[in-house]
Amino acid sequence: MANKHVNAVVIGAGAGGGVVAKELATAGLSVLLIERGRWHTFDEHGDDELTSQRTFPLKCGYGPDNEHNWRMASDGKGGWIKVFPNDWAYGNNAACVGSGTVSYGAMAWRFQPADFHLKTKYGAVPGSTLDDWPLTYDELEPFYEKAEYELGVSGDPTNDPFVPPRKNPYPMPAFSFNSEGIILEKAAKRLGLHPFPIPMLRNSVPYNGRPACIRMRTCVGFACPVNAKAGTQNTVIPVALKTGNCELRINCMVSEIIVDDKGKARGIKYFDADNKLQEQTSDLVVVSASASETARLLLNSKSSLFPKGAGNNNGWVGRNIQDHAYTGAYGLFADKLYDDVGPGACIAVNDFNHRMPDIIGGGVLCNEFIRMPYQFSSIRPSGSRMWGKDHKDFQKLNFKRHIAVHGPVQEMPVFDKMVEVDPVVKDFWGIPVVRISGFRHDNDIKVGRLLADKAEEWLKEAGAVQTWKSVPGKGSTPSQHQSGTCRMGNDPKTSVTNRYGQLHEIDNIFVADGSLHVNNGGYNPALTILALGYWVGGHIAEMWKGTHMK
Amino acid sequence: MINQSFSRREFVRLLTGGTAAVLISFNTACKNKISRWRYLQEEEIGLLDAIVEQIIPTDDFPGGKWANVSNYIDKQLDTYYINHQVEYRDGLAAFEKTVIQLKSKKFEELPFPEQTAILEKMEGGDFPGEYWKAHSPAGFFDMIRQHSMQGFYGSPVHGGNREYISYHMLGLDYPNVIGQNRYNDLSWRKYNPNSIENGK
Ligand SMILES: Cc1cc2nc3c(=O)[nH]c(=O)nc-3n(C[C@H](O)[C@H](O)[C@H](O)COP(=O)(O)OP(=O)(O)OC[C@H]3O[C@@H](n4cnc5c(N)ncnc54)[C@H](O)[C@@H]3O)c2cc1C
Ligand code: SF4
Repeated sequence: MANKHVNAVVIGAGAGGGVVAKELATAGLSVLLIERGRWHTFDEHGDDELTSQRTFPLKCGYGPDNEHNWRMASDGKGGWIKVFPNDWAYGNNAACVGSGTVSYGAMAWRFQPADFHLKTKYGAVPGSTLDDWPLTYDELEPFYEKAEYELGVSGDPTNDPFVPPRKNPYPMPAFSFNSEGIILEKAAKRLGLHPFPIPMLRNSVPYNGRPACIRMRTCVGFACPVNAKAGTQNTVIPVALKTGNCELRINCMVSEIIVDDKGKARGIKYFDADNKLQEQTSDLVVVSASASETARLLLNSKSSLFPKGAGNNNGWVGRNIQDHAYTGAYGLFADKLYDDVGPGACIAVNDFNHRMPDIIGGGVLCNEFIRMPYQFSSIRPSGSRMWGKDHKDFQKLNFKRHIAVHGPVQEMPVFDKMVEVDPVVKDFWGIPVVRISGFRHDNDIKVGRLLADKAEEWLKEAGAVQTWKSVPGKGSTPSQHQSGTCRMGNDPKTSVTNRYGQLHEIDNIFVADGSLHVNNGGYNPALTILALGYWVGGHIAEMWKGTHMK
Repeated sequence: MINQSFSRREFVRLLTGGTAAVLISFNTACKNKISRWRYLQEEEIGLLDAIVEQIIPTDDFPGGKWANVSNYIDKQLDTYYINHQVEYRDGLAAFEKTVIQLKSKKFEELPFPEQTAILEKMEGGDFPGEYWKAHSPAGFFDMIRQHSMQGFYGSPVHGGNREYISYHMLGLDYPNVIGQNRYNDLSWRKYNPNSIENGK
């Protein structure tokens, strides 16, 4: 039996897709939200470190699985190797209802106003496709706020002189610092920095029918057992479903967007839960499959007018993939400071975001989420022996005596750092797979080293007796913070969508996820992706009122 | 189906099947000395135990052997790490042969410090490679090292970290009392931007 026609198909029930589905369903459109993963709960996974979404030697607990999904990654010597979701070279985020927002650390950053006009601020950067966004911070501000209020963010910007301007306070008070936060706060102030509590998509007090956070050891990498962490799966998606206008179809792998000979999208093809190929027609399609998979879908959707993939006649789909060049330092302390007050990350400074003389970009510095025991077994100064008595002594002595300070360096987009589809290799369903290649810009490494120095200085001031840095290298596979593959822009020659996420070339296909980012900022990206979901979704709803996209 | 190398899981399934065919296979299995492990053989476990005990030695807390790290590895070789089976089979055999060639003794029988010295050389790449096939001695060591860390520090559901011993060692409560009984004390949850000692 044919599937009932809908107004909108939204592909991917993650950060961007969850929000768009809600915006469209509440505006009265009939919506199919289609997701390759399924629902997950804390009870199913518990606090098993080996199958979490943060350290995953056995599998990525929150998807996708290794049995159906693989990619090709550059081996650095001109060849390709097959990689699976729980290999770092795969570049995974997640695949389930809520996607990364189920198991994320829930830091809720707004980008800086300057992040939206980097080219104006710094000029052209050789070797980079750095550009201004086609929208300003001020235009996005109300949508940041909507995300903060509908999902729920706890924060307090009082002590952050560099906070992106906000019209209204956070909906919930900030979390207090744990013991390492307290030590770091004092040290930061002595250094003349401006420490403040990290805004979090977690309830510090009961909010929106969900309880307050109980501050556990396991948060990042795991689902929340009490629903205090806000993801799309426990906020906007239930609202969308409640309207009666939205159906969520899970365990369905979309293989292609159907584009007709007139250059209009007619719907999608997908493999259902029984791996049967199905068709779903719609008036419009929103792709929210994450930066790598959205590019893959567009590239795999070939038609007579778009032989290189949907909306890809200029060859920009999949280009400029970014992530964050994580950098920072570790410090060992004489006294025990671990207090088991989770999730660990609580304090940040914005002093190094666009505020270092002669430096392009920068990044926020934060203390890290609690390092779990297995993860900690690989955290060592370089040259340490990683086994035997040395290993065990180090674990026993330092597990409760260390602090990590890290930050996401804003990456300069590089045209040849990209997602393609492999010409030969196909996944379980026979869909050509993603392959990722390219290298980071030198600026990322330079800024990474500088920020690591700052992190180390901060730890030393806090009293660390031994410190070491961990700095980014040129090679990387964008994973949890992947973005930028379908950038928005005013010039159809150098971007994939217009400022509303609408493909320049196919007016009833929209993108709403990290792919849109012209630049990924010096912050974790989820709140910006959520805000863009409201921005794009709201725009589609407006357009729909007038024309019904006909 | 009747095959010398069927796994313990299949063996159990066959045992509970209760047909004539099953009895035949049971007999065959007995003759071929079925291992009580899933993939590894008894002798391989003996060697692996000695290696994991080197990687995480006993001190005032038990080491890798007591914590069932070998059981963890064996369990994964039957599930998530099926693709590492050959590496373990060939690697352990090559390691054993090399040690006998060097020391005229099995690795398990050597004094602890001598074992340590052998593994140090192996890790550093200073190790005869003639018995090794696809994998290097150093790569093999690093794989066992990583798997041992997983077995010692990961959740016991995967077969290692017996009695959450590594959590005891690190001074981490387990089970992790959700919320750590702080439900009623809300004071720690407030952030005061005007005080330098926030919370607490
Ligand atoms: C452990 C972890 C910690 C993180 N911590 C933070 C943090 O503290 N702060 C922060 O801002 N960000 C954090 N992130 C990142 C954040 O989760 C992502 O930035 C965000 O989820 C990306 O949103 P998206 O909409 O672009 O894609 P996603 O949220 O990944 O959504 C894409 C969805 O599309 C589905 N999909 C893909 N292809 C198909 C297809 N062909 N058919 C059907 N469905 C498909 C996927 O299964 C997925 O559910 C973290 C992520 C992880 C994994
Ligand atoms: S720390 Fe808080 S938000 Fe995170 S999983 Fe635990 S209860 Fe949920």
